[in-house]
Amino acid sequence: MIGIIRGIITLVLMLLFITLVIWAWSGRRKAQFNAAAQLPLEDEPKEAPRNTQS
Amino acid sequence: MQSAMDSAQGIPVVYNDKVVRQFAVMTVIWGIVGMSVGVLIAAQLLWPALNFDIAWLSYGRLRPLHTNAVIFAFGGCALFASSYHIVQRTCHVRLISDKLAAFTFWGWQLVILAAAITLPLGITQSREYAELEWPIDLLIAVVWVAYGIVFFGTLAIRKVKHIYVANWFFAAYVITIAVLHIINNLAIPVSATKSYIIYSGVVDAMVQWWYGHNAVGFFLTAAFLGMMYYFVPKQAGRPIYSYRLSIVHFWALISTYMWAGPHHLHYTTLPDWAQSLGMVFSLILLAPSWGGMINGIMTLSGAWHKLRTDPILKFMIVSLSFYGMSTFEGPMMSIKTVNALSHYTDWTIGHVHSGALGWVAFMSIGTMYALIPKLHGQRQMWSTRLIDVHFWIATIGVVLYVAAMWIAGVMQGLMWRAFNTDGTLTYTFVEALKATYPFYAVRLVGGLLFLIGMLIMLFNLIKTIAAPREAAMPLAVPAV
Repeated sequence: MIGIIRGIITLVLMLLFITLVIWAWSGRRKAQFNAAAQLPLEDEPKEAPRNTQS
Repeated sequence: MQSAMDSAQGIPVVYNDKVVRQFAVMTVIWGIVGMSVGVLIAAQLLWPALNFDIAWLSYGRLRPLHTNAVIFAFGGCALFASSYHIVQRTCHVRLISDKLAAFTFWGWQLVILAAAITLPLGITQSREYAELEWPIDLLIAVVWVAYGIVFFGTLAIRKVKHIYVANWFFAAYVITIAVLHIINNLAIPVSATKSYIIYSGVVDAMVQWWYGHNAVGFFLTAAFLGMMYYFVPKQAGRPIYSYRLSIVHFWALISTYMWAGPHHLHYTTLPDWAQSLGMVFSLILLAPSWGGMINGIMTLSGAWHKLRTDPILKFMIVSLSFYGMSTFEGPMMSIKTVNALSHYTDWTIGHVHSGALGWVAFMSIGTMYALIPKLHGQRQMWSTRLIDVHFWIATIGVVLYVAAMWIAGVMQGLMWRAFNTDGTLTYTFVEALKATYPFYAVRLVGGLLFLIGMLIMLFNLIKTIAAPREAAMPLAVPAV
């Protein structure tokens, strides 16, 4: 019995992982993820007024 | 302190940089304190007289002070600073409560101060990385809950739809550390300075290493990966190599780490199946760990030339390289037959410092060099040249330290299990100790170099803060 439960859990976890990978790589989310990846780069104004160049 | 303004009117939101500034400065200061204690106890292993026969300067009391100071004071302040900075910048919103954020700063400093007093006095729970007694544990719990409220509260009021991946790592760390800390420290107090943990026997050991390994997994790994996922792209000036990989990395890493703790208890009375489970999950951990490392390093693809001129980026990339090395070494050491050689030797100390100095400290130092000038209205640190000097001194320091401990550890393991043909031990314990002695000297030199690097950083920090501000940099958010 315990063997069957272990087998089922292994299978479920494997399916979960595969689903996660498919979800992450699905084309529909590509644009959204590309936009998200820009977040660290766009959080400061490009034209911040600065007096000096060092 | 300026208050937040509405971004809808096109008026810039002013972020709460004060608390980030405070934590950033304390990161450097506690780093120096913690590493100084480390250097002292490394010297004590060479010259035992350095404890001066004073109980509170003895190795057994200073060693937990060293580990607590570098992990929770140095590493903790770096994480508070970077998480507060990142959550504001990637959510385009000010921290939900300045008062609560200030409370986490002063509360955390109080915890550190309490640790610095009680540990040398010998007040301890004797649980590794959880030595602090119950009144301090309660304070940690309160501060941590406040941290959670500030962090998740800020996420909740974000102006950006997507929660950036760095915040996911920080979120996992905040939740997990709360759970680990509370469960591992469940104790019955008998006086203000003494308590008894409710667990006993092998259950106690398992709870302790479930805590201990996940402190590594979530405090020293997941949270610093959050730091990496923001500051490496920022410093490289390009987005993370694969955002999709970062999502798989996150879920795979946090769901695997939780089960790796038993590898600290190989060949103990812990049931064999639990030891094997810990070993298997530790081996699996290699995959998400390397996924994250590759994601970080490949962010530089097409921009490798920046490494030539930017010592901050050098800190970060070498950090990721050490991350890759120690996350290969860790699974290898968790294999029972390898562990039979490595456990209880200085190899473990080498492994820990390859992670703690090479990965955690290098990433923190790089991040602080990137962050501190911004917080003080500067374009960059007072001296980029000194960052480069720091980088090379620290790198030589880590390599000396880790190599010495590797060699010493393998040698100890081999000497301890060498048998004569008649079944007696080939070497006495003291012979192994004597053979280790020169490596302790190399380790001391390595640690000293690392500390000197931190002192250079402090000097650079003071000069940067003292320099006149270039401009009041409006920390505006782009249109959402």
